[in-house]
Amino acid sequence: MRRTIIPGLVAVALVSCFALSLLAHHGTAAFDETKRMTLKGTVVEWFWSNPHCLLRFDVKDDHGQVVHWIGETQNPVTMVNGGWSKLAFKPGDEVTVTLSPVKNGNPLGRIVTVVDPKGKTYGADAGLRGGAYK
Amino acid sequence: MRMNPKFSAILVISTLILASPAFAQNTRKPRPIEQQSTAPAPPAPKHDISGTWNSGVGDGIQANGVAAMPNDGKPEHQLPYTPYGLQVYKSHHALEGADAVLPGDYDDPRDKCEPMGFPRANFYNLREIQVLQNDYKVAILYEYDTRWRVIWTDGRPLPKLVDGGVQVGDELQEPRYYGYSVGKWVDDTTLVVDTIGMMGEDRVWLDTAGRPISDQLHVTETFHRVNFNRMELTVVIDDPKMYTKPWTAMNKFPMLLEDPHRDVMEQYCSPIEMEKYNKLFAEPASK
Repeated sequence: MRRTIIPGLVAVALVSCFALSLLAHHGTAAFDETKRMTLKGTVVEWFWSNPHCLLRFDVKDDHGQVVHWIGETQNPVTMVNGGWSKLAFKPGDEVTVTLSPVKNGNPLGRIVTVVDPKGKTYGADAGLRGGAYK
Repeated sequence: MRMNPKFSAILVISTLILASPAFAQNTRKPRPIEQQSTAPAPPAPKHDISGTWNSGVGDGIQANGVAAMPNDGKPEHQLPYTPYGLQVYKSHHALEGADAVLPGDYDDPRDKCEPMGFPRANFYNLREIQVLQNDYKVAILYEYDTRWRVIWTDGRPLPKLVDGGVQVGDELQEPRYYGYSVGKWVDDTTLVVDTIGMMGEDRVWLDTAGRPISDQLHVTETFHRVNFNRMELTVVIDDPKMYTKPWTAMNKFPMLLEDPHRDVMEQYCSPIEMEKYNKLFAEPASK
């Protein structure tokens, strides 16, 4: 695994192979599943919705420029099964988000984990139940 | 008698650990009865599939299409399309499966919050169903989009498919998103259900991977209650307009009984939420 350290609050991790059969649930074509980015930012909105929940958060780079990021998760039913809730985040929360970014370079991604202000880690796949179909 | 101080400390610490949020149970998570006990399940009751049933594999999400024949590009999962069926499939821009497109490019009717219809209700986020029954009918309440359908078990015949709809007695009636279903008990614990009269290919898809169905579709479901806590669902697709022969879309898919007091969560399609998601995420992710 190759790791690139970028000054500031953004870290990029390149992984050689990441099995994401569970994440094949909902349209993976847009995401670069070989990458992980870890971002620290401030919650703007936690949109509890179908087909996906969206976490909007602002990230400041080293020059003080604010980038408006959005991470998506699965739908509320799956997230509740994984211990998330509509009340898990609120505007102003300082969070650390790990996500797979979209391929086109826009500040969007599929959330892998979110660490809330109290240090609790929410795993985006915690509510998925796997298993092989016949 | 005074308690040993070391034992007291252990007791206090243990209590604090067990009471901490890290050990708190997520009471909203599905908890099938079969998974809560190692005791043998009681036998299946006669002519009874009522209860709250949880999909036993992957929440019944079926990411790549129907459970038994996912659209994963494998030769053994290639469907027996007619030329027209293949043409209709290729005209669908699906978000899932072997020919998936970007989020901003797909044209699944679900994106407009159109009714899933039947049989797609079995093949998209099946999750939990609530089955109610009396002497005349079985009603299935689907978690996704809070939809329901009725299966008549009062001995009435299956309507006849005619051009543009169905014939019920002397009356011509319209196609329905959830079709017309008739069920018969073939033994004490097996209900076989036939459904016809569903919407055509211009309104509904078979599954999220874009496979097609037509108004000529005949669906056969077999609900076999294995024991009190487990049921198996088999679904056969017979659509001569789209496929050259019948094929099995679900093969003994396990459904696990939940506590009857369980409150099933909503899962819905909201045009407002869909529009916001598309604007904020799907379209920018697809540029």
